[in-house]
Amino acid sequence: MASVVIFAIIVVALVGRTPGWSVVRETFFNAEQFTDSFPGLLEAFWLNVRIFLIAEPIILVLSLAIALVRTMRAPVLLPIRLIATVYVDVFRGVPTILVIFLLGFGVPALRLQGVPTSPLFWGTAALVLSYSAYVAEVFRAGLGSVHASQRMAARSLGLTTWQTNRFVVIPQAIRNVIPPLLNDFISLQKDTALVAVLGPIEVLRQAQIDASSTFNYTPYVAAALIFIALTIPMTRFADWVQSRMTRRQRAASTA
Amino acid sequence: MILLDVHRVWKSFGELPVLRGIDLTVQSHEAVVLIGASGSGKSTLLRCINGLEPVDAGDITLGLGTPGEVAVTDPRANMDAVRRRIGIVFQSYNLFPHMTVLDNVTLAPRKVAGVPADQAEADARTLLARFGLADKADEYPDRLSGGQSQRVAIVRALALQPELMLFDEITSALDPLLVGEVLDAVRELKGGGLTLVMATHEMGFARDVADRVCFLRDGIVIEEGPPEQVLGDPIRQETREFLARILG
Repeated sequence: MASVVIFAIIVVALVGRTPGWSVVRETFFNAEQFTDSFPGLLEAFWLNVRIFLIAEPIILVLSLAIALVRTMRAPVLLPIRLIATVYVDVFRGVPTILVIFLLGFGVPALRLQGVPTSPLFWGTAALVLSYSAYVAEVFRAGLGSVHASQRMAARSLGLTTWQTNRFVVIPQAIRNVIPPLLNDFISLQKDTALVAVLGPIEVLRQAQIDASSTFNYTPYVAAALIFIALTIPMTRFADWVQSRMTRRQRAASTA
Repeated sequence: MILLDVHRVWKSFGELPVLRGIDLTVQSHEAVVLIGASGSGKSTLLRCINGLEPVDAGDITLGLGTPGEVAVTDPRANMDAVRRRIGIVFQSYNLFPHMTVLDNVTLAPRKVAGVPADQAEADARTLLARFGLADKADEYPDRLSGGQSQRVAIVRALALQPELMLFDEITSALDPLLVGEVLDAVRELKGGGLTLVMATHEMGFARDVADRVCFLRDGIVIEEGPPEQVLGDPIRQETREFLARILG
């Protein structure tokens, strides 16, 4: 603990001695600017939270379905399996921000009847599509981690393929991938800010507006702090879950 | 009545033939013990009987000549229904680690046989008590010893009230001290008149419980008969050599 304090003092002292520090302090860490913009930013952040809360459940369902399709071996399912594979390859290969641009500007430009044109809708949809590809791979690894003998035992009891997945394989698979899943949750929470490029006034966009009207960058720092206030507890929680599971596994293997 | 009829069954894994036209007939209430070296085809035969492994050629029939006759090897057969009638217990228990003992046992009755949850639970508790596991119902499998795990696996297979039970070297993974309690459970089933087919290396137990012993070698039964004859005074040279090796 003492070493941390000493290190922090050294860093602060060094940064404080840089030639541009007084200007940086004024433009990034202006207390007055901070208090002025903070309430508005917090309000805008509520949109980020809502994007997250809508996107995450859809991602979980979609990605689990994709992962299941990819693990099934029936020849009849070959076309669906191919589609799932291509989907994962494409969306994992394209930067998320590009997907947001392409969907957010591209789909409304098609002027299709009955299709939403809201940038918020397409921004969220882009996040769902992009993250589902990643999370599907997490689930696929989880499904693969369940030993084949579990499937055999379930089948030998007369459970159908679907019942075997539903009651035996999927619960164990999810349990095995909870830590990486939580990691992706945290990442998604941050990436909701990418929707800013389409215009909806979420926290980053709000900070941008504040900054360009005052020529002061403190709102960006304030926005960063808001994200941190949410992501650090999430990270700690993920770590806690992970260590608890490791302990349990150790206990189980010595039983 | 012939409960199980295995007729000239062939099975290869890739280039390696494991079953080479094997025949086996099991009567109702009979306890048949399969012996033979590792790789002789015992486990593969058991897996083919309840359709976990598809056969390459031959027929396996359940309930021959009865209204419930089913050709297990018929691709159109409803294998989920067949497996309800045949219980199998594996060497490595394969309990579901995310469920309590009680849920392990009631899963198939509830989801496969459609037994109401409270009824399934009551039945399961009765069965668990019969095998000395009454106090383990609410434990998770990682809290059980090997012997307890294997007895739970037996109860789980029994919960569907199968006509035929298959045991695949169920004591091979156990601490020698725990073998007895699992074999006692099998003895109890035999006493209750259930039809059993059991692959094992426990020759003493085979002598004690089997109505018939079959010696497998290279994927066929080369000698079979009452235990005192096959184990005590085998006709075939190969059987003698095997027994000499295993009994040390």
